[in-house]
Amino acid sequence: MKRNTLTKAVAAIFVAAAASSSFAQKISDDVVKIGVLTDMSGTYSDLAGKGSVVAAEMAIEDYSKSKTILGKKIELISADHQNKADITANKAREWFDKEKVDVIVDLVTTSAALAAMEIGEQKNKITLNSGAASLDITRSKCTANNVHWVYDTYNLGKSREALVKAGKKSWFFVTADYAFGHNLERDTAQIVTSNGGTVVGSVRHPFPGSDFSSFLLKAQSSGAQVIGLANAGQDTINSVKQAAEFGISQKQTIVPLLTFITDVHSLGLKAAQGLSVAESFYWDLNDKTRAWSKRFYDKHKRMPSMVHAGVYSSVMNYLKAIESTKTDDTKAVMDKLKSTPIDDGLFKGNIQVNGKFSHDFYVFEVKKPNESKGPWDYYKLVATIPAAEASAPLDKSCKLVK
Amino acid sequence: MLEAFGITPQALIAQLLVGLINGSFYAILSLGLAIIFGLLNVINFTHGAQYMLGAFFAWIGLTQVGNWLGMPDFSINYWVALVAAPLLVGAIGIVMERLMLKRLYHLDHLYGLLLTFGLALVIEGMFRHWYGISGESYSVPEALQGGFRLESFGLFLPKYRMWVIVASLAVCIATWYMIERTKLGNYLRAGTENPKLLQALGINVPLMITLTYGFGVALAAFAGVLAAPVFQVNPVMGSNLIIVVFAVVVIGGMGSIAGSIVTGLALGLLEGLTKVFYPEASSMVIFVVMAIVLLVRPAGLFGKEK
Amino acid sequence: MSANTRILYTVLLAFLAVVPFQDFVYIVFVMKLLCFALFASAFNLLLGYTGLLSFGHAAFFGGAAYVTAHASKAWGLSPELAILLGMFYACVTGYLFGSLAIRRQGIYFAMITLALSQLIFFLALQMKFTGGEDGIQGVPRGYLFRFIDLSSDTAMYYFVLVLFLVGFLLIQRTIHSPFGQVLKSIRENEPRAISLGYDVKQFKLLAFVISATLAGMAGSMKSLVFQLATLTDVHWHMSGEVVLMTILGGIGTLLGPIVGAGLVIGLQNYLAGIGSFSTIVLGAIFVVCVLAFRRGIVGEWLAYFERYQESKDRRGGYEQNK
Repeated sequence: MKRNTLTKAVAAIFVAAAASSSFAQKISDDVVKIGVLTDMSGTYSDLAGKGSVVAAEMAIEDYSKSKTILGKKIELISADHQNKADITANKAREWFDKEKVDVIVDLVTTSAALAAMEIGEQKNKITLNSGAASLDITRSKCTANNVHWVYDTYNLGKSREALVKAGKKSWFFVTADYAFGHNLERDTAQIVTSNGGTVVGSVRHPFPGSDFSSFLLKAQSSGAQVIGLANAGQDTINSVKQAAEFGISQKQTIVPLLTFITDVHSLGLKAAQGLSVAESFYWDLNDKTRAWSKRFYDKHKRMPSMVHAGVYSSVMNYLKAIESTKTDDTKAVMDKLKSTPIDDGLFKGNIQVNGKFSHDFYVFEVKKPNESKGPWDYYKLVATIPAAEASAPLDKSCKLVK
Repeated sequence: MLEAFGITPQALIAQLLVGLINGSFYAILSLGLAIIFGLLNVINFTHGAQYMLGAFFAWIGLTQVGNWLGMPDFSINYWVALVAAPLLVGAIGIVMERLMLKRLYHLDHLYGLLLTFGLALVIEGMFRHWYGISGESYSVPEALQGGFRLESFGLFLPKYRMWVIVASLAVCIATWYMIERTKLGNYLRAGTENPKLLQALGINVPLMITLTYGFGVALAAFAGVLAAPVFQVNPVMGSNLIIVVFAVVVIGGMGSIAGSIVTGLALGLLEGLTKVFYPEASSMVIFVVMAIVLLVRPAGLFGKEK
Repeated sequence: MSANTRILYTVLLAFLAVVPFQDFVYIVFVMKLLCFALFASAFNLLLGYTGLLSFGHAAFFGGAAYVTAHASKAWGLSPELAILLGMFYACVTGYLFGSLAIRRQGIYFAMITLALSQLIFFLALQMKFTGGEDGIQGVPRGYLFRFIDLSSDTAMYYFVLVLFLVGFLLIQRTIHSPFGQVLKSIRENEPRAISLGYDVKQFKLLAFVISATLAGMAGSMKSLVFQLATLTDVHWHMSGEVVLMTILGGIGTLLGPIVGAGLVIGLQNYLAGIGSFSTIVLGAIFVVCVLAFRRGIVGEWLAYFERYQESKDRRGGYEQNK
């Protein structure tokens, strides 16, 4: 009796809602709204955070001084997800439902990224990920409305191949205990073993961590040649520092598996010299990157990390895709992005069917203090890994790969 | 023999060392809590935030004060901070006690807990707002950098971490001595038993209570300064630690000075040991011990029924 | 129930009924409010009416969230079964934790509940099915009774509203029953209750279990509304938050926890953009509340109202005596 009425009421509402859903307009809600969802105050705030907002703003202004596209306004909104999946999911849901946001960018931290991708798929909106790392984003957890713009754990693992081939055969991992750390360890371990090396052991530390002494001591006692740090941001900085404190770096090679130029800046060249770093963007690579980075520096007072470059590139190419398809409809824009080669001065490559933006990757070595001409002049290029080799082969674990 | 477990003696000693360091922090913090609880019957939830304040003031003294005063070369070094931060934070604690805690003594003791909980939120919120949670780095003071290399054991003992153990133990033992063996300590313990009688005998009990609270808070801040080079200065550093310290205090038995010191150290060692054999359980082991102790000895290992 | 209260409830219910048809308040926000209002009300049963301060209720709220999320996602259970499973978990855990904690009083009781809930936190962190930092994401809302699709926010809203009303009515009935009277007497004067022959431990334990089960229901509801369960739900901050809500709203009143939940959730939402402001503001309000307004918003309002009534009566009597 009570239940039947409820069911009928609910069914009626549902039908009404479905009937009144608007047909796809040219530009939904008459505005193209971009949301930057990032870590503003925590472990990753330097490599992403406010800099990503600056990068997005730059892209909008560079695209159109008057901040309009196809006659409609472009708006920007940003928020701090504090590296938490629940805050990300709720914010994404609210943005897509209420704030008319069409695309969410940055999304550093894998757990947050996965949450946003999930909501994006549900609400049929786009997520352009420049911050998170896990390979799973374009494999088992891939979604149709997502592009993984800058780097993933496969790229990072692959860049260590040369190290293993050069004789660093025994590895021990100190891993951040969440999806990103697990993936980074897994993908690097795979490169190690397939090149004749061995993984002596691994230990997981809570994320975010603060005192890594017990984990580093375990690594030290394993006797491995290489201690791979499967963590990032502040965690990497602290691990490297504490490894030096315990005299570990004297006998074993510390390899931080994910480093950003902002980390090196924090550590200082004295502590970071000689570290082997892999990134897909560096401000001093060529004239185009130098010119763009200088403009970024003028606004943010710090050189851009590859995440910042990715946010700029993703927003710019998103706007260009809308311009050429004459609509911000999700499927149209995604199809356009996946079918157009990208060469915007920061990145050059193609977006694959699983959402991976495949482009070159670089291996750098951190300069010694006397080799550097000034702040931010930290890297010397050691090798370039071409896109085809750097990117993971397409895998059927992603439902989009037939 | 240990090799059978896949552990080398070096690894074991190294982890026990780390455990002892953590245990030293547990000991000082639970000591402060025990003192405050013994006399005021208040669970000082703000203890974690006051620990954080100690670390932050040390960091501010080292890196920020110069800029604020317009004298960029001026800084308060670690050794000065070790004394100045506890005094400063202790003073703040005294203000807190006089203005706020005092008003709640006539009520159910739970209100003290709630008040200090609210204050902890405010203090941590302020620092999170100003400094974010990625943490600031505080370098090990020059005199304590480097370490002792014991080649025969294959061990490297960082000087600073040795200092932490020595300093905490010294402070703990000094405090215990003061409370259990001196006249001042006698008054304190008498005040716990029967404050009215003590007041009648002419001792200014309210003043004693205020100063005791300040002292407990200063202990927390001292631990904070010690922790700065080890744990990174971070607004949430206290919040992460305080829950473990509560468990330590429950295990040791609230109100026992010696009990809290011993329990703190022992649990730190236990945690270190667990990290060697079964690392995933290391964060849980203290709470498991607590559940067991509660079943067997509800008053805690060294506690007295109140 | 007085006439005034009846009117108040009717008005509130009317507002709640039309939420899906307006654009002013975000429907997911109201669902969140209902979940936390139930959580706070369940907590209040223990604190306000039995006098027991538990600092570990997140174990029931968050734990049930995980159980329901897993049941819905991995086992494909329909929502009502998933929620029942979550409540069952909360009931059993409530019984186990309650039995341990009730051995002690006051502050010790609070500390024990805090530390026990930490066990649940670390279990949630370590166990495979909870997904660690990622949590359990993409939880399907499912089909209620196998045919009502809850992925529509409107349908989900009414489901949540009904569940909230059921929980709330249960609490109200419990409080106004003879059982509830005994609980109040335990809160007021435990030794006297014992001397009257009541098995106080059993009453406390039962109150604890009911409170835990309903808190679990709230957690289960929340995991279906937001379609995820994360470590935030089992963290001790969550336990602290529900203490905040209940005390700010007014312990020992029926509407207090609901008002408190509204205040806390509303403030967090409103101040979310401005750094950690919401924590600072909430903490400050809480400190003021503990120092000066211990009865909470609803409690102080009721007390004010009573004094007003009394002074009115006195004035009326005075006039009559003329």
